[in-house]
Amino acid sequence: MAKGRILIEKDRCKGCNLCVYQCPVNILKLDTSTTNKKGYTPVMVTEPEKCIACTFCAMICPDSVITVERYVKE
Amino acid sequence: MKTKTIYEPTEGLTERELTYCPGCTHGIIHKLTGEVLAEKGLIDEAIGVASVGCSVMSYEFFNCDMQQAAHGRAPAVATGIKRVREDHTVFTYQGDGDLASIGLAEIVHAAHRGENITVVFVNNAIYGMTGGQMAPTTLLGQKTTTSPTGRQKKAAGEPLRMSELLATIPGATYLERVSVHDPKHIRKAKKALEKAFDVQTKKQGFSMIEFISTCPVNWGINPNDSLKWAVDNLIPYYPLGVYKDATEGDHNEK
Amino acid sequence: MAKMLMKGNEAMALAAIKGGCDAFFGYPITPQNEIPEYLSFHMEENDRIFVQAESEVAAINMVYGAAGSGARVLTSSSSPGIALKQEGISYLAGSELPCVIINVMRGGPGLGGIQPSQADYNQITRGGGNGDYKLLTFAPENIQETVDIVKRSFSLADYYRNPVMIAVDGLLGQMMEPVDIDKPVEEKESGPKDWAADGFAKKRGHRNKIVSLHLDPQDLENHNLKLQKKYDEMRENEQHYELINMDDNPEIIFVAYGSMARIARSAIDTLKEEGIEVGMIRPIAISPFPQKAFENLPDSVHTLLTLEMSLGQMLQDVQIVNNGRYTLDFYGRTGGMVPGTEEIVDKVKAILKGGKQ
Repeated sequence: MAKGRILIEKDRCKGCNLCVYQCPVNILKLDTSTTNKKGYTPVMVTEPEKCIACTFCAMICPDSVITVERYVKE
Repeated sequence: MKTKTIYEPTEGLTERELTYCPGCTHGIIHKLTGEVLAEKGLIDEAIGVASVGCSVMSYEFFNCDMQQAAHGRAPAVATGIKRVREDHTVFTYQGDGDLASIGLAEIVHAAHRGENITVVFVNNAIYGMTGGQMAPTTLLGQKTTTSPTGRQKKAAGEPLRMSELLATIPGATYLERVSVHDPKHIRKAKKALEKAFDVQTKKQGFSMIEFISTCPVNWGINPNDSLKWAVDNLIPYYPLGVYKDATEGDHNEK
Repeated sequence: MAKMLMKGNEAMALAAIKGGCDAFFGYPITPQNEIPEYLSFHMEENDRIFVQAESEVAAINMVYGAAGSGARVLTSSSSPGIALKQEGISYLAGSELPCVIINVMRGGPGLGGIQPSQADYNQITRGGGNGDYKLLTFAPENIQETVDIVKRSFSLADYYRNPVMIAVDGLLGQMMEPVDIDKPVEEKESGPKDWAADGFAKKRGHRNKIVSLHLDPQDLENHNLKLQKKYDEMRENEQHYELINMDDNPEIIFVAYGSMARIARSAIDTLKEEGIEVGMIRPIAISPFPQKAFENLPDSVHTLLTLEMSLGQMLQDVQIVNNGRYTLDFYGRTGGMVPGTEEIVDKVKAILKGGKQ
C-alpha cells in the first residue's frame, strides 16, 4: 500500500534523471514513449503503489517539478 | 484517499521555469535558498543581487526585489544595498568565476569589513555560461576549453579554496562548505543556509555557504555521473564542513 | 547668510550633505582626498553612511547598489579612478539609476600627474563605458558655483534617473574661497522612487528588478530609444553657460570652462586695458554641450579661440557647433601645466596680427 504519491509537472521536466537515481524504491524512470512541450523525455512513476513518500525525488529535482503528498487516515 | 502535501515548490522562487541545463545543481541551490528565505519569513523584504554567469538571470527566479551586478561586483553592490537598507535581508548568488576570479577583491573586502550579508557561492570548478573555460577553482589536470591538456600548476597555479581563504579574515563570521549530491547532503546544506541567514538576521556579520556543484554540459558527463564526479574529485580537494563559526563572539563592539 | 572660507574639496563634501546625500562610497586618490576624509567624519555625524571601499571599482558598485535601493548616493575620484569606474557608470546609466560623481581632474594618461588638468573631457562627456549613454556633466569655475551645483545635482540625478558628474580640475579642489554654503538652490522635483529594489516587494505588490541586461535585440533597442528620449530632454533643458563681455564688439571669443575660464577672465581684463575686446562663452555644463551659447554671436566676431588644459578635446565640440561659421583656433597646456594670463594674451595678439600660431 502506497504511503503517498507524487505529482509531476511533466512539461517542466527536463529529463535529467537525477530523481530516477535517488528513488530508494526504484519506481521512477524516464517515459521514453513521449516527449514533453520542451522536447525532453519526462519522468514517470512505474509502480505508484510502492511509493514511500520519502520526498527524495522532489528534493533532488532542480526544477521543482515534483510535489509529494502523503496519504493520511480519514 | 485524503492527502497532505509534504513537499511542494517553494514560494521563495517565482513560477518562472529555470533556464539552467538539465540536472544542473543551480536548480537545487536556488530551491534551497528560496525555501530558507520563505520559511524564515524573509522573502518578502529581501533584496538579492544577481551576478554574471549561468545564474545571470536569477533576478527572474528569486521571488523578491533583485538587482543585477556586474561580473564579480555583487559583494560591493550588496554592501551598498545593505548599508542603506540594513533591516532588509541582502544576499548575493555567485559562481566561482564571478566570485573567485574577477570578484576576488570584492568578496575578500566584504568579508573583511564584516558586511552583514549572506553569500551563496556555487562552485563547479568551471566557467559554465561562457562555454567551459578554466576557473580559479578548476582542479589540477582538469581539462577545460582554456586548459585543453589539463590545468598545469606551473602556468595556472593550484586551485583556490575560497572557504579556507575567507576563514583567515577576522571579519568573516560564518563559512561552511556543503554539497547537494544526495538528499542527506541537501538537508545538511539547507541547515547551513538557515544558519547563514540567521547570522544576518541576528546582525552577526558576514556569512557564506559554498556549494560544491556540477556542470554536466561543460564537464561532458551526464547529470548523475557529474554528481559522482563531484563527490570523487571535488570534495576531496574542497572538503565539506564548517570553516569558520564566530557566532559566539561579541558582535556589538565598534 | 554668512560666508566661510572653505577648501574646494571640503566645500563639495559639505554641499553633498546639504543636498541630501544618504551615502558616500569612495577611495583615496590625489587631489580629492579631502572629500572622503571630510565625509568619513561628517557623514557619521549626520547619521549617514560612509564607506572607504577597496577600490574605485568597488566604490562605484556600492553606489550602484545603494542607488538601486533608492538612496541618494555620491562617489568621488580623480581621472585614473574615474577610468576605473567606467564599467559601473555604464551599468548605472543602463539601469537608469541616479547618482552623483565628483571628478577632481589631474594630468594623464595613465598615472599621469597630480596637477590640474582638463584632459578627461572626452571621457566625461562621451562616456568611457560601453554603450549609447550620456552623462549630465557640470564644469563649474569657482567654489560657490560648485557648491550650488553639487547641492542641486542629487535632485537632478533623481529626476533624470541618470548619473550626474561634477568635473572640477585639481585647482578648484585644492583652493580656498569664501562660500555661502546655505545659499538656497532650486531642486528639480521628481516623484517617489517606486522603481527601486528597496525590499518592499510585498507592500508594493510586485517585485522590482534593477537590470541592464536585455538579451532580445529589439528590447535593447527600445530601451536605448527610451534612454535617448531622456538625453534629448537633457539637451533641451540642461544647457548651462555664461556669456562674458559680449557687448563691446569683440572679434575673438574664448571658449573655456573651469579654472581655464578664470584665467581667461584675467586675460579679458588685461586685453581690455589695452583696448582689445575679447568675449567668452563659458560652458557651465559640458554634457550636454551648450549649443545655444553659440547662436546669435555679435557681428564683430570672426574667431573662436578654445582654451583648454588639454590638447584639444572640447575643441571638437566647438568644431561641431561652429559648423564652419567662424575661424577656429586653440590654445592648450597639458600634463598639469596651468597657463599664465600672459600666454593667452599673447595668443590673442598673435591671432589679431594675422593667422593662427
